[in-house]
Amino acid sequence: MPAMVRKLAQRLGMLQHSFVGGVHPNMHKLTADVAIEECDIAPVHVLPMKQHIGEICSPLVAVGDLVLRGQKIARSEGYLSVPVHAPTSGRVVKIEEHTIPHPSGMGLPSIFIESDGDDKSDESIAPISDWINTDPTQLRERARKCGLAGLGGAVFPTFIKLVQDKRFPIETVILNGIECEPYLTNDHRLMLEHAEEILEGMAIIMHMVGADSGIIAVEDNKQNAADSMQQALDARSDMDGVVVHVLPTRYPQGSEKQLIYTLTGREVPAGKLPMHIGVLSQNIGTTKALFDAVMLGKPLTERTVTVSGDALAKPSNLLVRLGTPVRSLFARQGLDDFSGIQIVHGGPMMGERLKNPDFPVVKSSTGLLAMSLQAMKAAHTVEQPCIRCGHCSEACPISLVPNLLADQCRSDQFEKAAQYDLFDCIECGACSYVCPSNIPLVHYFRYGKGQLALQRREDSFAEASRKRSETRDARIEREKAEKAARRSQVRKTHAPKTDEAKAETDAETKTGGEAGVADSKATESKD
Amino acid sequence: MSLIMLSSPHAHGGDSIRMIMLTVILALVPAAGMSVYLFGWMAVLLIVTCMLTALMTEAICLKWMGRPVSTLLDNSAALTGLFLALTLPAATPWWMAVLGSVFAIVLGKQLYGGLGYNIFNPALSARVILLISFPLNMTTWIMPMSASMGSIEPVINLYDFTTCATLFFAGPGALQLGLDAISMASPLGYIKTEATLGVPVAEALDAYGYSYLDAFLGFEAGSTGETSALALLIGGIFLLARHSITWHIPFSYIVTVLLLAGLFNALNPDQFATPMFHLFAGGLILCAFFMATDPVSSPVTPLGQVVFGVGCGVITWSIRTWGGYPEGAMFAVLLMNCAVPLIDHYFRPRVYGHKRRNES
Repeated sequence: MPAMVRKLAQRLGMLQHSFVGGVHPNMHKLTADVAIEECDIAPVHVLPMKQHIGEICSPLVAVGDLVLRGQKIARSEGYLSVPVHAPTSGRVVKIEEHTIPHPSGMGLPSIFIESDGDDKSDESIAPISDWINTDPTQLRERARKCGLAGLGGAVFPTFIKLVQDKRFPIETVILNGIECEPYLTNDHRLMLEHAEEILEGMAIIMHMVGADSGIIAVEDNKQNAADSMQQALDARSDMDGVVVHVLPTRYPQGSEKQLIYTLTGREVPAGKLPMHIGVLSQNIGTTKALFDAVMLGKPLTERTVTVSGDALAKPSNLLVRLGTPVRSLFARQGLDDFSGIQIVHGGPMMGERLKNPDFPVVKSSTGLLAMSLQAMKAAHTVEQPCIRCGHCSEACPISLVPNLLADQCRSDQFEKAAQYDLFDCIECGACSYVCPSNIPLVHYFRYGKGQLALQRREDSFAEASRKRSETRDARIEREKAEKAARRSQVRKTHAPKTDEAKAETDAETKTGGEAGVADSKATESKD
Repeated sequence: MSLIMLSSPHAHGGDSIRMIMLTVILALVPAAGMSVYLFGWMAVLLIVTCMLTALMTEAICLKWMGRPVSTLLDNSAALTGLFLALTLPAATPWWMAVLGSVFAIVLGKQLYGGLGYNIFNPALSARVILLISFPLNMTTWIMPMSASMGSIEPVINLYDFTTCATLFFAGPGALQLGLDAISMASPLGYIKTEATLGVPVAEALDAYGYSYLDAFLGFEAGSTGETSALALLIGGIFLLARHSITWHIPFSYIVTVLLLAGLFNALNPDQFATPMFHLFAGGLILCAFFMATDPVSSPVTPLGQVVFGVGCGVITWSIRTWGGYPEGAMFAVLLMNCAVPLIDHYFRPRVYGHKRRNES
């Protein structure tokens, strides 16, 4: 249907709102019917000191310390941060830099814990089963203390969103069960296997933010998950304001802003947060983790990971302790030889491609994909000239004009690109996906954003030092003037001179000054 | 074997330039087939000559510029050749066809930097260069082979290969014919000439023997591929269905012409032709579905495409009605091509979460 007709129908209320653009990639949901398996505890776990968006943590333990599962081993520094907990009981064997899942292959300080095999838990955090009569701020502190971060992949500290702000009351809580990335099925499985817990978690969230209505959003390629959630919902009497919405499958429906528009018909204004329009959206896995933190007193030490990919013989959904080496997970699923295999952390549309599987599972690990070179080559071939077909503009879910933006980024016109709303790009990859010329558009946007951020930082630095030097010059001028004023004051009071004499002294100081300048010039030229 | 780019996304929809160009070539098959039916071997010779020359020129250019000659396989040069052939009169001599194809590739495309960088539609710019350089040849329409042309009998048999080859390679002189002996006026040209004599449009068309059905099916004088509205519409719908083009440009272009023609025809039917006449006449449908939608030289945003289409429509109708040339479609597209960067800048869609477009 033409976009204009659709928009009109939406405005007239004849059609549900729906985000613009998007693509229909082959979903490859190989593991939709594979139940979540609990993974064995690895001999050594590696816990990077930053597994969330925000400030890095600092270790609380030293080499040789014994730790229990759930024990806090790293403290958050600063507000935008959450602590890290030991995934199992054992001994801290070393604290040093280790590779994290990042496309650059960079490392971060990490705590290595050797498992003692007992898996004893730290019981110091008590469950809050009577959450309904508990102050939301206390629950919020629990979410922070338990290290909760968005498990959909963005790992934004969860507690920050779970707040009651009188200026921005939350009306609607959205439970995001879209999981629109190909291959990934862990939220799907969680909804099938843990519907009650997730719903309880949602009830806790609604209590925390004071919302009355809620929407559970699921795509129609997992109707059984929607049914499961509906069934659990029907069994409860206290969640009348919550409905299950089944949406037609389209990527990137699970993107927060797109989903909010589809469900509410409202856009999150640029530079603002969903809370500013009275909406809070939460991922399935995170909601389950909140349930565990509140009802069971369990900090975030494990997560579900979809281990899949076209080069993997036995794809599966695994419940994995954080810090588990990825190599061992692939080995568990029958993959030992990584020659010709490409590793992707996350989904194929937005995930990072990594050089090797020597990194640990972290809070953002939604999926681990082993892709054949062939499958990857389809997306990564030689770039051809843009023929301006406009398919990228059609696919863009936020109505950017990607081909123009890419031109600007490529020719280093970053300010121009910013005027064309480069920073609104959510890097969903829909444009690159449809490009007939295989132009890595998203890559150009990342480059442009990075360069512009750098440029702006340098500009503000230069601006600051310019101001500093100006203030300094002004101060020196002022001091000089004050000194001169003082001096003439002294002269006036102590030795009143005739005008002639005064002119003489002026001439003296002048020549003296000039001589001084000449002197310094001479030294300069000597140097 | 290492990969070129390691940045996400790691999945691709499988679309390629080659397939896009091939789709357009396929969409032109009905029109090309119709041109062969109407103009016999003349159309075949013209299409083959233009396509081969375009491909060879492209190959030489690529070689000179040190680019892989395999780029030829993207089908864009073949498409340019086919486009050009379909916009030329069937009686175009071989050297003019060759010259036009070379112009299209060299001046229209490669001098700008190759595929994707040209401002103007290469085939149309070559067509205009030919029109300006050889106005007589470019407005000489031979009679198509068809029974429904009524009293006028074709002088030569276009289904005879020898006759056509002689005409194509040696010119009408070799057949002991003058150009005007085998030619007739196009409906657009005819009413334009008659209008200068003060003859009302309807009378002029009667005198011409014009019928809407013939015009729709293609049994009238005109460039090889532009006469049959039916064949072009089939191709256009194929393109729309394959999502090679969107409705914005053809729809806004054609509707604009229809509205303008309808308005003025209602005001003064003697002076202004009917909307249906404009729709089936000349290169409107060819330009609306195939030329104006050339991705490289048209806007990328939906609103921009509508603006572009409306602009094409206004210019086409204005030139036809008031201009010096009987047909204005190709000038319209070329003129609007110039405006594309501006249109792209000013008609960007509103970005999610922004109130209005960023003014800059």
